[in-house]
Amino acid sequence: MFFLVIKRILLGLITLFIVSLITFVGVEVLPGDACTTYLERQAFGAALEACYERLGLNLPAYERYISWAIGVLQGDFGYSLSGEMKINDVLGPKVKNSMVLASASILIGIPVALLLGIITALWRDKLPDIIISTVTIFSMTIPEFISATLLILIVAIWLEWLPGIVIVPSEASISELLPNIILPVIAISMIMTAHMARMVRSSVIQVMASDYVQMAILKGVPYWKMVFKHVLPNALLPAINVVALTIAWLLGGVVVTEVVFNYPGLGRLVIESISNRDLPVVQALAIILASIYVSINLIADLMTLMLNPRLKSLQIKK
Amino acid sequence: MKNKKEKQKNTFQKILEVIKTMASKPSGLIGLTILIFHVILAITSPLYVPYDYKAIDPSLMLNPPSSEFWFGTDSLGRDVFTRTILGGRTALTVTFFGSLIALLWGGSLGIFCGLVGGKIDDVVMRIIDAFLSIPWILAMLLIVSLLGTTTLVLIPALGFFYGKGIVRVARAATHDVIAKDFIVSARARGHSNISIIWNEILPNVRDAIMVEGAMRWSWMLLGFSSLSFLGFGVSPPTPDWGLMISNARGLMSFAYWAVLAPIVGLSSLIIGINLTADAFAKALGIDRSTKAPV
Repeated sequence: MFFLVIKRILLGLITLFIVSLITFVGVEVLPGDACTTYLERQAFGAALEACYERLGLNLPAYERYISWAIGVLQGDFGYSLSGEMKINDVLGPKVKNSMVLASASILIGIPVALLLGIITALWRDKLPDIIISTVTIFSMTIPEFISATLLILIVAIWLEWLPGIVIVPSEASISELLPNIILPVIAISMIMTAHMARMVRSSVIQVMASDYVQMAILKGVPYWKMVFKHVLPNALLPAINVVALTIAWLLGGVVVTEVVFNYPGLGRLVIESISNRDLPVVQALAIILASIYVSINLIADLMTLMLNPRLKSLQIKK
Repeated sequence: MKNKKEKQKNTFQKILEVIKTMASKPSGLIGLTILIFHVILAITSPLYVPYDYKAIDPSLMLNPPSSEFWFGTDSLGRDVFTRTILGGRTALTVTFFGSLIALLWGGSLGIFCGLVGGKIDDVVMRIIDAFLSIPWILAMLLIVSLLGTTTLVLIPALGFFYGKGIVRVARAATHDVIAKDFIVSARARGHSNISIIWNEILPNVRDAIMVEGAMRWSWMLLGFSSLSFLGFGVSPPTPDWGLMISNARGLMSFAYWAVLAPIVGLSSLIIGINLTADAFAKALGIDRSTKAPV
């Protein structure tokens, strides 16, 4: 068990290492570098040399990679190009804002998804299932930017209930963010909830069809007792992993949603830094987003391990 | 020769049967209808659009829908109806060929890894895992912003990025059949690896890979239109739904028609492809509902 946990963590670290290599090599082989972008038309002669010297770009690639990686391990991402600010200072408030947005969506999304998933599974092919399933299919297939735009059009412009676009600086406190954050949270959690509810539904349906549940029914166990004691514990366990993957997958959706609502978070920073070709920031973002993805998956794996006694002595099946 | 013809006839009948099963359920029938409608529209629309999609006329700015302009005009005075029915062409072409590329490289690498196993398989799967943990949007934006946004860049880039999930599915499906008796006996008969892949493995994993490819198609369309929306997709005068939505969004408090028309176009196509892919999976007897959208 202990060995298995260590192995999962090591595998995660290896994945992160490969991600850092991929982004580094990717940025390296693509045409242009930080200095030619920064200096634009003045990128020749002494100015270019001085810039290379200042950013340490005249060193060979592997040395730069090593010094960058050591910096990242110590929590220092170096300097961004625009404004020559420390990347840590740029990232700090944005990470906080995105975390507020993401955790609010997850906190709302997971309970609603569980409830909807269980309802649709227990009343399978009946009216509640048909209605909820149709709505979830719609909200999970429509792209984030469309549902977000429709939300703004209906709630903010036609009904005038809530502000449609976030106009706060990135350093704003949570209480300042609050009224602005409602629509983005609804937009993100709508899609997330739909995905998770579908998975919970099929998981519950599978367990309901299993032999031991049939046995419990034949034994005369009361319906709701059977649901809570036999079905749900077994059905929700495999759902944990899938839910984690869904949350991680939605990182991309968060980027788009933040842009639609003009929300000062990581997502908008992704777009800005890529438009400005601020490569050090892009590298930092890639590592941060990948670490979030890897750690969500790791936590899910470990949770499944803890909760499932059968897996404790076994290898995790890939 | 006759044998080959019979085989072809059999495949044809099988395809017909699959389509019949798909259309037998209301959701599949709706999906197929929407998809076919969009494909026909994309192929034929240049023949009957009422106006020029790039003709700018300042005097016609933001006209509401009327008998002259069915869906109104946008902020540059262009006809929204014309641009909406032309808007699916690029998206459909790029994502269709993108999915084909994804299917080809993802499927073959997956089968190869499943067959070879061992160290090579471990290394490849680690790299695939690493690619999976970079959010697609970051990777796509990086590629597109540095290599440009022509269709020649977008198709292989999308194909590459959405193929990595197919590698896993193809590998898992290969693992399922590789220990079966008919593979062992084919090896005992002395068949080469290529012959085993072509005649024994491929027919058994083809369904799973094709279903995965169909699902990737709808996700790729989502990714492609998100890129256009963010301004990293096709370039401006081209009519494209994502781009139209992002342009009309700022003015939607007084010109909602310019944003609603492309929204209806894009949503209906994505829903159509999704329903079709679901029905396709069900017709082939594959349950995708417990899988995460990686």
